[in-house]
Amino acid sequence: MQGGGAIRLLIMAIFVAVTGFFLYNPIKSNLNLGLDLQGGLHVVLEAQETEKQPITKDTIDRTIEVLNRRIDETGVKEPIIQPQGEKRIIIELAGVGNPEDAVDIIGKTAVLEFKTDDGKVVLTGEDLTNAQTQMTPAGVPEIALQFTSEGASKFAAVTTANVGRVISIYLDEELLTDPVVNQPITDGRAVITGNRSVEEAENIARLLRAGSLPVDLEIIEKRVVGATLGADSLEKSKVAGIIGIGAVLIFMIAYYRLPGLLANFALLVYAIIVMGALSLLGATLTLPGIAGFLLSIGMAVDANVIIFERIREELRDGRSLRTAIDAGFKRAFITVFDANVTTLIITIILFYLGTGPIRGFAVTLSIGILASMFTAVTFTRWLLKWSADTPLRKNLKLFGA
Amino acid sequence: MKIYNIVERRMIWYLLSLALIVPGLISLMTQGLNLGIDFTGGSIFDLKFQGQPAISEVRQAIDRVELELGNPVIQETSPGEFLIRTRDLTEAERDSFVSALKQELGNFEVLREEKVGPVIGKELTSKALLALGVASILMIIYISFRFEFKSGIAAIIAILHDVLVTLGIFSLLQLEISSAFVAAVLTIIGYSINDTIVIFDRVRENLQNRKKSESVAYVMNKSIMQTLTRSINTVLTTLFVLFALFFFGGATLSNFILAMIIGIISGVYSSIFTACPIWHDLKRIGMPANPHQKTS
Repeated sequence: MQGGGAIRLLIMAIFVAVTGFFLYNPIKSNLNLGLDLQGGLHVVLEAQETEKQPITKDTIDRTIEVLNRRIDETGVKEPIIQPQGEKRIIIELAGVGNPEDAVDIIGKTAVLEFKTDDGKVVLTGEDLTNAQTQMTPAGVPEIALQFTSEGASKFAAVTTANVGRVISIYLDEELLTDPVVNQPITDGRAVITGNRSVEEAENIARLLRAGSLPVDLEIIEKRVVGATLGADSLEKSKVAGIIGIGAVLIFMIAYYRLPGLLANFALLVYAIIVMGALSLLGATLTLPGIAGFLLSIGMAVDANVIIFERIREELRDGRSLRTAIDAGFKRAFITVFDANVTTLIITIILFYLGTGPIRGFAVTLSIGILASMFTAVTFTRWLLKWSADTPLRKNLKLFGA
Repeated sequence: MKIYNIVERRMIWYLLSLALIVPGLISLMTQGLNLGIDFTGGSIFDLKFQGQPAISEVRQAIDRVELELGNPVIQETSPGEFLIRTRDLTEAERDSFVSALKQELGNFEVLREEKVGPVIGKELTSKALLALGVASILMIIYISFRFEFKSGIAAIIAILHDVLVTLGIFSLLQLEISSAFVAAVLTIIGYSINDTIVIFDRVRENLQNRKKSESVAYVMNKSIMQTLTRSINTVLTTLFVLFALFFFGGATLSNFILAMIIGIISGVYSSIFTACPIWHDLKRIGMPANPHQKTS
């Protein structure tokens, strides 16, 4: 059918343009940015086993609960707190304003102890139901404690027995305050005074509300990326991406002419598919992930190059345009397949043995390879066949002969 | 199409490869690699000072800090921005280090901070080595399966060549090796195999169709020439993207990108000048010589 190709090409171009236009915003808002692009904190904690406290699944679960409560209070969106192996917990907080505070909250075991002056522990954090900051009339922050009914009776007994003596309050062995008992306290409330900033008081209150950790945690790995650096990396990657891709697009047209232009169009579809897939899978885009995406563009183009070179050879050997196109795709597909399989094997290894950012790289690269098998082979083939069906087919030079 | 005697001149290429690899090897054995904290454990601080102090001031301030910091390494990455590497600090030590610095040098922004304990360091190292081992074995299996075992060996030697060149350059220039670098090496392995497969694929096709007068060397030369444009174009498009990332993409990934640039260039070189000649030599080990064969 003469000229049918032109219409098909036009319809496809419009379809892609419209789809791209409508998908742009949904994809953009649904894309998960990694910590290295939006800033954040990644911490690996290891539970320290002691004789008194062996580590069981229950211990870890309870620890995670406490950590959850603590982090919940800081208002971080969608924190990730997960166990790893038998003794480890991974915490990822994205877009955290003050990573140092977050680390403090995470790390502290937060054991609250009330001791009489002979060093005996008479009450602990377990006896609390609430801890809130409040301001004195003079504007100094202090922490108001509220005991459980059991705690309240214990406290009443202790204060009655110790009138005129000191009761010291310790947090993780650090002295918070050591007031003298003036009279028995029976209403189950106490106040921790002291010269603290509002943040310090808030942090302590938070820790007390969430409860102490069942087990001591040691930070064995910590990665913090500031929001500035994250945003900066993202910007720079965008610029680099545009320049790199631009160079590739220009090259393809300059060297391969019409097929090159079609390959560029296929590349556009390719980019939409990859971004869409990442968005759909809820995959996280990391900085190496962006590099992986750009690298996969180089590879998608490679598939086209292999095919076009084949077509050129066939045209040189005197075959007709349609036969050359068919033969080119058929023969080249095997080579493209082999080359892609090996890279896929590599991405699988990287995924299993790599850490967060590297996994992002593996995921984007593998999605890219799979997508490119479609766009570079199937899709470009349609485009080429359709253009062979237009008056353009009379000008073999356009096709690279 | 003019067919150059690539395979016949293989001694030149082998020597050239050695010339590229040996300096790197010597550096590896003497200086070794600049291993990042991912493998050695330690703490790293990327700080941007408001006051833009000179590096000597920063060094002095750090010396004055009362903690034993285990030979801190200080680098100025841009005016007022410093990369400080110390041994692995506990949270308490880290807090006092940071406040001591703030007192001495004024306020700063923590752009990035990392701490890797010794346990994680060892784990990352063994994972990296495992990944490299598994990748190499799988590559040999795949190529031997698709082509023949001898070509698998040839391909692995080409990959080894690329990895050694990259490692060698990183050792010579003492550039820092992080886990991202390992990912780069694995990607280079994938790329090198790709190149090699494209050429071997053509060799296999041409060998099937060859005339009796054509020697294996001739067929290989012809295959290389036929795929040369594709090899160059592919490397070119990939390098466009990589160079753009290297120059415009920011400092965080630059070592990772550089490793890939070196590896990919080496990869295309080794697929043509190393893999084919070695495959040829391995094939010859099993075949009688034929004096009537055309070689060019």
